[in-house]
Amino acid sequence: MALDRRFRGGDDGNGGTLTRMSTGPAAYTASELLAVMSARLLRDGQVVFAGVGIPLLAATLAQRLHAPGLTILFEGGVIGAFIEPGQLPPSTNEQRCTRRANMVLSSTDVLLLLQRGYVDIGFMGGAQIDLYGNLNSSFIGDPERPTTRLPGTGGGNDIASLTQMIVAMKHEKRRFINRVDFVTSPGFLSGGESRREAGLTTGGMYRVVTDLGIFGFEEHSKRMQLLSLHPGATADQVQANTGFELLVAADLEVTDPPTERELAELRHLDPDRLYTV
Amino acid sequence: MTLDYAELRRRTTERDRSLREKVVSLAEAAALVPDGTSVGIGGSTLSRTPMAMIWALIRAGRRDLFCTRSITSNEGELLFASETSRHILTSWFSQGIVWGVSRIMRSYTESGRARFEEWSHMAVGLRLRAGAMGVPFLPMRSMMGSDVLGHLPDTRLIDCPFTGEKLVLVPALNPDVALIHVQRCDAFGNAQIDGLPFMDIDLAMAANRVILTTERIVSNDQIRRAPDQTKIPFMAVDAVVEAPFGSAPHECYGLYEPLFGHLDAYAAQLRRDSEQGIRAYLDRYFYGTKSWSEYLDLLGLEELLDARRRGTGIHDD
Repeated sequence: MALDRRFRGGDDGNGGTLTRMSTGPAAYTASELLAVMSARLLRDGQVVFAGVGIPLLAATLAQRLHAPGLTILFEGGVIGAFIEPGQLPPSTNEQRCTRRANMVLSSTDVLLLLQRGYVDIGFMGGAQIDLYGNLNSSFIGDPERPTTRLPGTGGGNDIASLTQMIVAMKHEKRRFINRVDFVTSPGFLSGGESRREAGLTTGGMYRVVTDLGIFGFEEHSKRMQLLSLHPGATADQVQANTGFELLVAADLEVTDPPTERELAELRHLDPDRLYTV
Repeated sequence: MTLDYAELRRRTTERDRSLREKVVSLAEAAALVPDGTSVGIGGSTLSRTPMAMIWALIRAGRRDLFCTRSITSNEGELLFASETSRHILTSWFSQGIVWGVSRIMRSYTESGRARFEEWSHMAVGLRLRAGAMGVPFLPMRSMMGSDVLGHLPDTRLIDCPFTGEKLVLVPALNPDVALIHVQRCDAFGNAQIDGLPFMDIDLAMAANRVILTTERIVSNDQIRRAPDQTKIPFMAVDAVVEAPFGSAPHECYGLYEPLFGHLDAYAAQLRRDSEQGIRAYLDRYFYGTKSWSEYLDLLGLEELLDARRRGTGIHDD
């Protein structure tokens, strides 16, 4: 596939091979499952600050399914965009992010909406997360001599510091670790009241959505807690893929699988699988 | 780090801020940026990148520029690999998520050959805003408790004198020179920006000098017919260069989208061998072209026209 075609949309394509995650009628990839499950967490009327990739896709999917009045903010400086199917942007700083928006403004001013309190939900991906929901997108290994220098915070730190967060990420043991090498975007820091004591008096991790389940954070300890399992996943499997001991909710639920309608709309949005490999 | 206020004012007083023509060539503009300059780069990621000026500075063999940008894409890779800069202050640095983590950023920073100084996106913005306001710092409420803050000695945690709350103070950033690409400006430097402004207005007002590149130079009369569209005033501007497709292969709002085919081919070339790949790229597109139009010629008419078609159609039904 010509790489440049991915951005153009429209024509029929070679969409890649589906990973069969279910034996039911709908087969879907792990990232499609992530997008659908996180879209379901967004409510009509909310203001959501979305990062590029799955968050942008899931927020747009929510607009097209159950939340037509969802206002999406992008750090490039956009209020209220509607992303065009097949026209996904390479970051949240290009003109594609301004389609049918109510307003464009400076990136500093859109980020200040977080601080002023206009944003209901921050929505990001993550490279590495720990049991208190701290995210690392800066360094793997010792920050002074890193094994891998990652691209950094962008607006991630600001979003995680100032609003309720949803994080969407693949569930792998190397990504779900006891303590991140570097806290790029703060979750509940070292748990308990430590976030508030550090000066972060608002926001915090609300949900983590993975291809295995949905997670929250226990009220007092602020430790990650399994709230629901996706179809076919088991609590043992989730624990086996997690590098720390997970709390499990007493009323553990099982999510409904993605519907044909959700998957069809998602594939219409990302026909070239730019974000949903 | 933060300029003394008297010195900041002196540098502004010294500039010729009169309403005068400032049109120069890319090479003449590059001569205004000596080795070691602190340079603020306008736009963000793949948008309104002042690529023509970056092309001119790399060709001029500048060294040790200390660069600041809100978000850094492959222009940062080119600045590192050409040794034009060994220190970039930014919030995020890679070509773009669809191309994976930058191998050049990784190899230069992991080997200690260059530095990627990471601040949160809002912190970069407030540092430039403080610079634009002529105050030494601004308070903010993010970064606290994180290791991002822990690695930034040039910040302060305070208890607010009014409320007692914890706040972070970030120091003003007043770059020596700002490089900003705009859709149009007049010969005096009155600049109109369409679409996303990013941090460019604060950057222009914070910097001690501003070099504008523009898709086209329009008359001062045209500017005066729509003064509400002017985002950067002439008095802040020191040089104006007309550079059509001046952000290519990145985009310029309303005029052209990124040249995705070119950017994909660039990424593929670096994936095979990042250091050799980027050297070959610099040789071909930067050192091997004698003029900006020759550079555009190499990008190719077909790609430019396609980017133009996509860029001008963005708000079509």
